[in-house]
Amino acid sequence: MDNLLSIVTFLPLFGAIVLMFFLRGDDEMAVKNAKLLALFATGATFIASLFILQQFDPSNTKFQMVEEAAWLGGLTYKMGVDGISILFVMLTTFMMPIVIGASWKVDHRVKEYMIAFLLLETLMIGVFLSLDLVLFYVFFEAGLIPMFLIIGIWGGKEKIYAAFKFFLYTLLGSVLMLIAMIAMWYDAGTTDIVKLLNHEFSSGTISVLGFQIVGGAQTLMWLAFFASFAVKMPMWPVHTWLPDAHVQAPTAGSVVLAAILIKMGGYGFLRFSLPMFPVASDIMQNFVFFLSVAAIILTSLIALAQTDMKKLIAYSSVAHMGFVTMGIFTFNQQGVDGAIFQMISHGFISGALFLSVGIVYDRMHTRDIEAYGGLAVRMPVYALIFMLFTMANVGLPGTSGFIGEFLTLVAVFKVNTWVAFGATFGVILSAAYALYLYRRVVFGDLIKESLKGITDMDAREKLVIAPLVLFTLLLGIYPALVLDIIGPSVEALVHNFETVVGAPITAASSH
Amino acid sequence: MLSNDISVILPELLLAVYAMAALMFGVWSKKQEAVSGLILWLTALIFVGVGLWIGMAPAGTKTAFNEAFVNDGFARFAKVVILWGAASILFLSKDYLQKNSLLKYEFPVLITMATIGMMIMVSAGDLLSLYMGLELQSLSLYVIAAFRRDSLRSTEAGLKYFVLGALSSGLLLYGASLVYGYTGTTVFSQITTVVADEGMSLGLLFGMVFLVTGMAFKVSAAPFHMWTPDVYEGSPTPVTGFFATAPKMAAAGMMARLLHDAFGNAIADWQQILIFLSFASVFLGSIAAIGQTDIKRLMAYSSIAHMGFALMGLAAGSQEGVQALLIYMAIYVTTNVGVFAFILNMERDGQAITDIKSLSMYSRVAPARAGALAVLMFSLAGLPPLVGFFAKFYVLTAAVNAGLTWLAIAGVIASVIGAYYYLRIVFLMYFGEAGEALNGKMSALHWVFLGGSSAAMVLGIVNMFGVETIAGLAAATLLN
Repeated sequence: MDNLLSIVTFLPLFGAIVLMFFLRGDDEMAVKNAKLLALFATGATFIASLFILQQFDPSNTKFQMVEEAAWLGGLTYKMGVDGISILFVMLTTFMMPIVIGASWKVDHRVKEYMIAFLLLETLMIGVFLSLDLVLFYVFFEAGLIPMFLIIGIWGGKEKIYAAFKFFLYTLLGSVLMLIAMIAMWYDAGTTDIVKLLNHEFSSGTISVLGFQIVGGAQTLMWLAFFASFAVKMPMWPVHTWLPDAHVQAPTAGSVVLAAILIKMGGYGFLRFSLPMFPVASDIMQNFVFFLSVAAIILTSLIALAQTDMKKLIAYSSVAHMGFVTMGIFTFNQQGVDGAIFQMISHGFISGALFLSVGIVYDRMHTRDIEAYGGLAVRMPVYALIFMLFTMANVGLPGTSGFIGEFLTLVAVFKVNTWVAFGATFGVILSAAYALYLYRRVVFGDLIKESLKGITDMDAREKLVIAPLVLFTLLLGIYPALVLDIIGPSVEALVHNFETVVGAPITAASSH
Repeated sequence: MLSNDISVILPELLLAVYAMAALMFGVWSKKQEAVSGLILWLTALIFVGVGLWIGMAPAGTKTAFNEAFVNDGFARFAKVVILWGAASILFLSKDYLQKNSLLKYEFPVLITMATIGMMIMVSAGDLLSLYMGLELQSLSLYVIAAFRRDSLRSTEAGLKYFVLGALSSGLLLYGASLVYGYTGTTVFSQITTVVADEGMSLGLLFGMVFLVTGMAFKVSAAPFHMWTPDVYEGSPTPVTGFFATAPKMAAAGMMARLLHDAFGNAIADWQQILIFLSFASVFLGSIAAIGQTDIKRLMAYSSIAHMGFALMGLAAGSQEGVQALLIYMAIYVTTNVGVFAFILNMERDGQAITDIKSLSMYSRVAPARAGALAVLMFSLAGLPPLVGFFAKFYVLTAAVNAGLTWLAIAGVIASVIGAYYYLRIVFLMYFGEAGEALNGKMSALHWVFLGGSSAAMVLGIVNMFGVETIAGLAAATLLN
């Protein structure tokens, strides 16, 4: 199959179109059909994406299964996959059936809800597969529309504020990237990412409005891309939209946001910032380290003080993304490996944590930590699963959370011991807030009247969360499953980087 | 050769003859209402036909009347957009006019006159023919702005438009006389030669500035935009829809023609003016629209911002820029036809409503219509994958390639601010609080325009229906 990538990308869209035009009425039957059709579409997409994985050759560091067609003037429709993008695609297709399964209890506008999620899936897969700057931008930016509607229509009480904040924040970041993309097009004469990866953008110092800009055009473009990816990631201090969006989004929206959407920022750094602007990345290394450590420590402290479960997990996401940016900007194999691993693993863990919150929210209709306590008495299975993911979130060895954090910490230790110290301190804080949350919700005596009738997880909820349990443990015990696939591509990325910038000076050798 | 000249200007000529005939027919006929409806339909169909005729015409540049009239690819592109835009608004306006007992035969006749004026504007090769076209258009528009004679608002709109429009015409004419005084000619091609040989003298520069100012009024670019919101709000809705489509294309086309044909050798001189106009318009349009509650006023500010973007393409001063301008205008007109098809049907118990609050939870009342409008709003906000994004993308590309990166950055920041008020309409329709809903019914014809326009916004991503290529060819004829 020559156009496997396009099939995987547009299969959910096809499902959305079928839903939009061929499913009428809103009686019980139609609602059920909408859910089943969405589940079927996402399931079929996942199965189709398994063929990508099967045909993918990890030892080949070039783009594979490339498709190309002419598009509007000078642009191309070009798709391809390499070791860096493939696992993000798999993560997306893997999470979507779970997301649909978790939305089984949505009760109003089910058809539109499913359409929005299917559209979103197409756009997310497209982001990871596109090999043309403008095509990437189209997918990247278009995702805002369904997400805006998901938060706005199916969200909580403050949904309007959250939806607008999410939308305008991310849009402002992205449009600057668009200008940089146009400048790149002008400079390199192509929007083909493969060619751009081999193009060297000028890095001589230039002066803009009297300011000396070290790294010249590269630095300016790097900053424009950074504006977009840092907001998407989100990095401190532009992370404030994320807690709001998470708290107001429906459970499934939170899962998509945490598991996939924010990974686009990290993917963007790996696809654009590092390989295309190596000199600028090198110049900005300490800046990113500073922001990452600030994110890890500050947002962990903020998480400690939260009273809303979703907000707490949202802040913990920001802290974990700090590890990712830190790992990426170590520019060595372990760091980048660790960053990608951390993103994949965080996809499972944070997705599962938001699902866990959703499970009790569906029963009690509150996310206030104070309203819970002693759930272990009536919900033993839930307590066990929530425990597993809490531990994985802390980074307990044996879970996937450990591998990512450990790799990035080792990598950063080689480059800058102080950053490593700060980040490790953040790990302790993460244990503090996660365990504190767990104790308040699950342990203690079941004294609250309202909780006395609460029921444990039903079969559907168990089924939805089971694959996440499996992969969190599997990747924790056997990380090579991921590292073997990404390894060669990351090695090539790091190698290319070093040929431009020169081998890094490690902390050990500089002392 | 007179017969040659006439063959070049034949479409305009035939339209003029038709307008006279329709006027006579209307005056002498007994059954006013029925005849007016008939003329309206006939006019719209003729516009579509003439548009096809012009669009199918073989490539090549022909001039008539000592270059006073130029028929080239650029003019043909603009004319097709103008004619089809005007025809769409005519098709849409009948129901509204009938309901408000405004269905008079003068309406289509005046629209035809205005359209002929616009066609001459984009084809002008001489300052005099340009002025003639402009005045023919403007005078007809002043009258239809005040078409609802018993409404204070409408007469006020007409008067305001007339006073400010006359001022701008005066400025333009003054500029034209200065240009004539310093070059000794009114023909664009000869002005170019004079500029090339002798450079821009101070007097000529003054003349050009006055010309640009006069035209900036017509495209409603800030800081010459003051008339737009009031006129948009006061005029009957079909007239507002008309203002927002065809005349915008005509004014932008006229500006591009004059600046490139007559002052193509002095790009650096007019570029700074356009940069300022563009910069001021995108920000003013985006910020001032935030506080608006009337959808017609909102569309007025939106049009100011959009003209700012279109002028950004012109400010680039390149062929790419003109191409971007043409693409932008074609997309903008298409979108606005859809939006006004919607606005014309905003009513409650037969009463036209223009307050945007009335759209609260409209998605429950009419999901398909709300969905189509949401697509149009996202497109106006310039979000991919909708075509509105590509309109902005081409303009920004032209600006960056011309070294105007900072203007492009300012433009995108303004577009983020502007996104807020387009989103607000989506927000009202989908997650606002339930209020008194609209309950107007939509005729199949209106639905075709609304649905077609929003479908075009979505499907255009594939190849933009070839508009991009055609606009490229059209831009090439203007610059060479």
